[in-house]
Amino acid sequence: MKHLLAVDDLAELDTSGPVATSLRTGIESMLDLTASFVEVTQRDIPKVPALRGKTVVSLFYEDSTRTRLSFEAAAKRLGADTMTFSVATSSVNKGESLLDTVQTIEAMGVHAIVVRHSAAGAPHRVASWTSASVVNAGDGRHEHPTQALLDAFTLRRHRGPSLDGCRVAIVGDIANSRVARSNVVALRALGCDLTLVGPPTLMPSRIDGWPVAVSYDLDDVLADVDVVYLLRIQLERIDANGADVRFPTLREYSARWGLTAPRAARLKPDTLVMHPGPMNRGVEIAAEVADSVRSLVTEQVANGVAVRMAVLWSLVGSGGPVV
Amino acid sequence: MHARDDAANTKRPGTDDPGPMGEGHVASGAPVVLRTRVFDADDLRRALTRIAHEIVERNHGAANVVLVGLYTRGVALSRRLAVAIESFEGVAVPVGALDVSFYRDDIGLRPVVPLGPTEVPDVSGKVVVLVDDVLFTGRTARAALDALLELGRPRAVQLAVLVDRGHRELPLRADFVGKNLPTRAVEDVRVRLREVDVGNDGVELWGPPEGAS
Repeated sequence: MKHLLAVDDLAELDTSGPVATSLRTGIESMLDLTASFVEVTQRDIPKVPALRGKTVVSLFYEDSTRTRLSFEAAAKRLGADTMTFSVATSSVNKGESLLDTVQTIEAMGVHAIVVRHSAAGAPHRVASWTSASVVNAGDGRHEHPTQALLDAFTLRRHRGPSLDGCRVAIVGDIANSRVARSNVVALRALGCDLTLVGPPTLMPSRIDGWPVAVSYDLDDVLADVDVVYLLRIQLERIDANGADVRFPTLREYSARWGLTAPRAARLKPDTLVMHPGPMNRGVEIAAEVADSVRSLVTEQVANGVAVRMAVLWSLVGSGGPVV
Repeated sequence: MHARDDAANTKRPGTDDPGPMGEGHVASGAPVVLRTRVFDADDLRRALTRIAHEIVERNHGAANVVLVGLYTRGVALSRRLAVAIESFEGVAVPVGALDVSFYRDDIGLRPVVPLGPTEVPDVSGKVVVLVDDVLFTGRTARAALDALLELGRPRAVQLAVLVDRGHRELPLRADFVGKNLPTRAVEDVRVRLREVDVGNDGVELWGPPEGAS
């Protein structure tokens, strides 16, 4: 596996010797590998020299807190050098193109480029221009594969090792969500039964062929699910004053599709609540639910570093030429 | 290209796994045959019992000793040594497991796979005995020293191995050795332990057929 651009690339994961035989075994190998890095992150000195001398660049054309910090922490804990590129302070403001920016970075000698971009497919383009490994840290409405990996890892710690038959409801803005797309691929490959929930206006226009059930009513599915995965209402993509209004008000959204405290009370006692962050408290998730014992939100963030260590190690560290 | 495969966690995709073994198989891909049975199960047990006594003798008891096994077979051996020491000394020696993958010097030169979670008790001020199955180039032991020293500051570090097969590439030696086994570089020492492998305990020397090289 040279790049991680989409969850499907994990079908070619080859860190554990033989090339993975299926997407499922590839994902499972990566999750097993992550466990070794969780142990590293829990040490007094949470650092190993595995990627000493390697350089990892984060190339972020879109705002991010946890993903960028998480990748940088992962690279540093592996002993790699990190360089950060943020659009606000770069020559992009002088009109430099993505190609020129990548070639400039490439000329400095880098081993991995972590790309976030608002255009779907941008990391694929970057991968075709560089000899470095490229990791997709979120591209438009397309994919966010490391998020899906950390979600699967977190879920597996509570419901695993097998997720066969685990019933997951993914709730909210499916149409705009790269997190939903990556999670549908990854969780389905691991055997989960998936239901997408939300208003019809926030469903993708074509959903035939997705391995999921669809419901427009959250109350219908609450009692049966093992996991409620809430998506962020992307206020920057849906401007309540703009033309692309897909629901009347945030209050109405919250009343019908938000995980409020009364709804949470109807969940099974052991149903878990997940959210990729950042949360809009009071919109898709009530504050008291976000802070309840069901909530895995902070654990998702904590596992993000270990997952990204495993990804960087797989792409840059362990591979090497096979002789 | 001829590369020496000197650690159990440097797998080579596409080649047949020749079965249970302590060291990697011979890198040239040439057929290998069983040359010598070095240890059977009883020999292996006696060698471990002797090493256990030597550890206690050298350290004037076992009160301050911590055994740390290197994945995969070193972990099993360290647990057996702890059982042996407790049986004749009455002291429960703390046992740990160390994965040296992230400290290897051949990362990027070949596929390196982490073998398991590092779980090491407090080693500060203790005498740590690193335990592995085969001592060959010494590069795994070097990586183990780096990995260990980041977890604490032991008073001393000693090295116990079941087989020392020679061909050192670093200035290291073992403190406790089950068997000194002269080998050729193309040969392969395979350690089989019932905790890890199928079948009975044993140590075998494999290599190209006589006259083949």
